[in-house]
Amino acid sequence: MFVRFLITRVLTAFAVVLGVVCLVFFLLHLVPGDPVEVMLGESAHPADKEALQRALGLDQPLHVQFGQYLAGLCQFDLGTSLYSKRPIRELLLERLPATVELGVAALLFALLLAVPLGILAAVKKETAWDFGAMGIALFGVSIPNFWMGPMLILVGALWLGWFPVSGRGGVSSLVLPALTLGTALASILPRMIRSTLLEVLNEDFMRTARGKGLPDRTVIVRHGLRNALLPVITLVGLQLGALLSGAVITETVFSWPGIGSLVVEAIHRRDYPVVQAAVLCISTSYVVLNLFTDLAYAWVDPRVRFGARP
Amino acid sequence: MRRILVPLGIILLWALVALLAPMLPLSPNAIDLPQILASGSPDEWLGYDDLGRPIFDRLLVGARTSFLVAFVVVSVSLIIGSLLGTVGAYVGGWIDLVLVRVIDIFLAFPGILLAIALAGVMGPGIDNVVIALSVVSWVGYARLARAQVLSMKERDHVHAAVAIGTPPPQIIARHLLPLISAPLIVEASFGMANVVIGEAGLSFLGLGVQPPSASWGSMIRDGTRYMLVAPHMVIAPGLALMGVVLAMNVLGDRLRDWLDVKSQTRKTAEGLIR
Repeated sequence: MFVRFLITRVLTAFAVVLGVVCLVFFLLHLVPGDPVEVMLGESAHPADKEALQRALGLDQPLHVQFGQYLAGLCQFDLGTSLYSKRPIRELLLERLPATVELGVAALLFALLLAVPLGILAAVKKETAWDFGAMGIALFGVSIPNFWMGPMLILVGALWLGWFPVSGRGGVSSLVLPALTLGTALASILPRMIRSTLLEVLNEDFMRTARGKGLPDRTVIVRHGLRNALLPVITLVGLQLGALLSGAVITETVFSWPGIGSLVVEAIHRRDYPVVQAAVLCISTSYVVLNLFTDLAYAWVDPRVRFGARP
Repeated sequence: MRRILVPLGIILLWALVALLAPMLPLSPNAIDLPQILASGSPDEWLGYDDLGRPIFDRLLVGARTSFLVAFVVVSVSLIIGSLLGTVGAYVGGWIDLVLVRVIDIFLAFPGILLAIALAGVMGPGIDNVVIALSVVSWVGYARLARAQVLSMKERDHVHAAVAIGTPPPQIIARHLLPLISAPLIVEASFGMANVVIGEAGLSFLGLGVQPPSASWGSMIRDGTRYMLVAPHMVIAPGLALMGVVLAMNVLGDRLRDWLDVKSQTRKTAEGLIR
């Protein structure tokens, strides 16, 4: 049964990746604006324009270009960077570890903050604790990364001098970017944890557990939290995508050498093949992360595996 | 009702400033060289930026930029999204199937990434920001409208309308759209917050309005270079941005409680750009 679930999900994910490839390719090629003109300027010599068009393969009909692109993708060939003339695959692999490191640190920070906050809000429902926790969460969602980052640099690096201003090197350089990137997730999660925990707290088995005379702590942690955290796995997985896209801004703010800052650098250098490949790389990891989330969820919750919705 | 007045007030103030900005005696691009990077004073209480331009004036003009972009993007994507979602759900068949697949793919990856790439490829400029944000924003409304219509179209009053021969466009306009408007309004409130952050984010990356025009995002970007000597350059536009976004998130929350929209809408703005 699980094998069948697994195969279906993997196939669906594959189809979605294919859809994403099409979407990215056609949108980036069909939008108004001629990349060649943007790269060379409007006053460029027609012969130069034609030469560049040919070099980029833009003189071919769109479906031929797409076919060539797909064929390349199948061999993990993402093309060559116009700026550095290096294979894009190498560029991406070089940048990937930094982004993964930042993402994991941000996720850990978010979970460490969000889980206690969510439990507090649910257990002390409709008290000052609850309103306080939800208020903090609402604030967190409303602070954009590109403001949060500079403010943290101002306080943590320039005024207090505790952390480096930017760049990657050692754990201390990871703190401010991880806080910046993790805040959004740390603000969205408590509310979700609160509502799922509140639902579970009303279940019959919770009354039974209390009736048995178990201490409050055991009831909430062993019986409540274990059930409430199941849906949260899915939510965390879905939010990882938002985390990935947030990395574009956060990495730019902190000059963090990851894939996100690569996208922005490539845009400013008009290095379109790199933009396309990096966007594809981030979206594919998003789809794959979602797939793993689904599978993990099915693995811990038999009801999903066997077709019954929880 | 009273609980929505404060956030609504902030948003109305923002809209008012945005619409009246051209009529106010502002000089957002006037350069006052001796005042370069000067911090707040009784005359000009938000201080001056790196070129000696008054930050308060630029803040008001920036409000106009963010309001116009948010208004156009949310209107366009709300209309296109709810129309597609409604028609797809009502008509069904292959049209609906294609729509669902397209929505799935758009939702399968982080929207703002696509907006950044689109804005980058189209070249900087406010028109391109509007296009890029609209391309990624319509999906949320389409999904919501589709789900709502699916649950509404089997209701008795719709069957009755069909039975007396009401043409489909009229059924959609008179009997379906009014019923699904509440969740769409709530969604639009969060969507507005998203687009405001999105515009500021693209401008922060240098893909939005071009100098010397002001946007809160580009003001933050300019300010990051002078943070040690002139932190007010970053703090002022950031607070304005956060105030507006917070107001819209609170408004969305309260509207949802008030209109009793339970499922399907987002919990809060989950951030196009974060």
